[in-house]
Amino acid sequence: MPDKNIFDVSDEDLIWVEQQVEKHGKKKGELIQILRDVQEHFGFIPRKVQVRLSELLNVTLSEIYSIVTFYAFFSLKPKGKYQISCCKGTACYVRGAEKIIEKLSQYLKIQPGDTTDDGLFSLDVIRCLGACGLGPVMMINDDVYARLKPEDITEIISRYEPPFRDYSEVMRQQREEARTKEKFAAEPSRRLAPI
Amino acid sequence: MLNLKINGVDVQVEEGSTILDAAKKAGVYIPTLCHREDLKAMGVCRLCVVEVKGAKTLQASCVTPAAEGMEVRTNTPFIRKARKTILELILSNHPMECPTCLRNGNCELQKLSSQLNITEMPFEGERSRYEKDETTPAIVRDPNKCILCRRCVNVCNDIQGIGILEPHHRGFKTSIDPSFCEGLYRMPCSQCGQCVMACPTGALTERDDTEKVFEALADPNKFVVVQTAPAVRVALGEAFGLEPGSIVTGQMVAALRRLGFDRVFDTDFTADLTIMEEGSELIERLETGGKLPLITSCSPGWIKFCEHFYPEFLDNLSTCKSPQQMMGALIKTYYAAKARLNPENIVVVSVMPCTAKKFEAQRGEMVSSGYIDVDIAITTRELSRMIKEMGIDISKLKPEEYDLPLGISTGAGVIFGATGGVMEAAIRTVYELVNGKELEDINFTPVRGLDGIKEAEVSVNGTILKAAVAHSLANARKLLEAVKAGQKTYHFIEVMACPGGCLGGGGQIIPTDNDVRQKRMQAIYEADKSMRLRKSHENPAVQQLYKDFLIKPLSHRAHELLHTDYTPRPRVLAR
Repeated sequence: MPDKNIFDVSDEDLIWVEQQVEKHGKKKGELIQILRDVQEHFGFIPRKVQVRLSELLNVTLSEIYSIVTFYAFFSLKPKGKYQISCCKGTACYVRGAEKIIEKLSQYLKIQPGDTTDDGLFSLDVIRCLGACGLGPVMMINDDVYARLKPEDITEIISRYEPPFRDYSEVMRQQREEARTKEKFAAEPSRRLAPI
Repeated sequence: MLNLKINGVDVQVEEGSTILDAAKKAGVYIPTLCHREDLKAMGVCRLCVVEVKGAKTLQASCVTPAAEGMEVRTNTPFIRKARKTILELILSNHPMECPTCLRNGNCELQKLSSQLNITEMPFEGERSRYEKDETTPAIVRDPNKCILCRRCVNVCNDIQGIGILEPHHRGFKTSIDPSFCEGLYRMPCSQCGQCVMACPTGALTERDDTEKVFEALADPNKFVVVQTAPAVRVALGEAFGLEPGSIVTGQMVAALRRLGFDRVFDTDFTADLTIMEEGSELIERLETGGKLPLITSCSPGWIKFCEHFYPEFLDNLSTCKSPQQMMGALIKTYYAAKARLNPENIVVVSVMPCTAKKFEAQRGEMVSSGYIDVDIAITTRELSRMIKEMGIDISKLKPEEYDLPLGISTGAGVIFGATGGVMEAAIRTVYELVNGKELEDINFTPVRGLDGIKEAEVSVNGTILKAAVAHSLANARKLLEAVKAGQKTYHFIEVMACPGGCLGGGGQIIPTDNDVRQKRMQAIYEADKSMRLRKSHENPAVQQLYKDFLIKPLSHRAHELLHTDYTPRPRVLAR
């Protein structure tokens, strides 16, 4: 991975996790509920959070990872800055959506459901955007692209890929905003017990 | 009591029994794969399906409770076909590498395929592909061969209380892996190898070091010395078709000489030596108010577990190296000088019932003589494969004796192989050294048997010495938690990582179940009984060693060569 840091979290984030654990109670049975909060807060379940939860709740890390990988609701990587949703509903399918997805996969070097290592693009396959007449259809964030051909993909993607963009900075800002919203910034910061 | 009919035969079982239990009682065989007597039933492989009158679908007999008036059929054409299909589906995602698999001939999947008459592969489709995990010195994981039966998961969670292995992802992508699907070396794994013992296929195996041993044996410049652990002699025979519990000490020594080892020594000798050192350590700690309870340090799986999960108990561990390491250190110093050998040219091979011994042998601190104590540690299984490869028939060999002087041992050394053995051996010696008289009964039975945690008391010089014995790491955890919480106080604790002690170790012959453990245990105590000397301090070779070389227990030289220290390790994930 070129830059592991984009999936990383800070000590403050871990304090937030500790607060969640305290809120729900230090019980094994609360694990899924806590993971749900973590998923909503970070947009994914960071590795360090899993390790911390394992220590706090006395649940084996393997079991936590098992739960995170079992439920489709949880993801191990954040969604990309540009979320690509490619339709594979019946109409798009017969008009060659398969080839579009294949091309996207190949070009971005990720499988559907995954995020590129630089955190820029994530690829999801969805069912019907309600534009069957225009199939195959895909959306990148709010932009809709219709009547796609595999050879269009490279050019479309290049419209989004901004040069020299430090994605970890973007992530940090997004999380900062989220924190301010949730008024956690007011909480006095606490020293973390060493892992 | 419940009354039910299995294949038309009436059978009565206790409430809470499963259909499988009832069938066993009725003498009806049902094939199983994911089920193991000592583990919780999962019902995931579905091979044990049966027809229950009134039920809509076939039921997995290992998890379906027996009920009053139930009518069960186990062998209708429909079930036969279903079972075959289930097995064929399992096989459809299994690499057909049987001739090159370590478990060839000893694989449950192979056995069942032959038993259910699987002669072709009707299903062909996508295959899972995973990387082999060879990151640890002891255990190799090949998830490609995994059939997701979850037996290793249950052993690791319930018997050993660690929980490294879990099913991850789902559906076709499910794999049994350590967390983050990473290499085992980063996990707080004890390397005990109980998962290997539980695996029905070749997905979990020991690292095979036989080639290294053959290489050393073929090198004319190397003087290759082998040592065999107490529990190997009561299990090795099973690999050659002998009954569990057959004692093959003499034949094993003969076979080792046939393989070309220059000297064959007995780890029992250093087991006796361990008792001298550890016993003295206990007496010293009792007299000087040292850290108590003293906890044994012979089991490398337990040591690694303690370093990961109970660093606060590291000072309680005896500083004694395990018998394997002591023997290595002595061969390269004491014996090398005696036999006028250059320790550089000596290769020490140890045959152990244990996978964690492979990890222990390569620990950085095990080089106090200036040379690595043990060069190659192999398991009982690997030795059996070496003997087979050289075409030696162990049952036809005439028993031979160990070489002198490091092959002389007492009954106290032999019982190290069973849970409670180290405790019993220590009590035999400590009692006599302190009280100046023999134990009334040399067979100290309260610490024998397969109970998870055993307690005993013995009066030493007027004070009551409280002792406890735990085997399997989940029991060790239970015991340590009780000590930590102050509910229990002991002076001396023995912990063995594997159920039953070394005789049920992760390097032993597969299959090993409670029945087999019991038989091996009986054999160990029989071997002890048949020895002329049964107390470690009476071992003449140990006495000679102290006279010539070590001077006295816990001497400076003994400390240098035979003692070690421990390192705390991370509880969750290594960085």
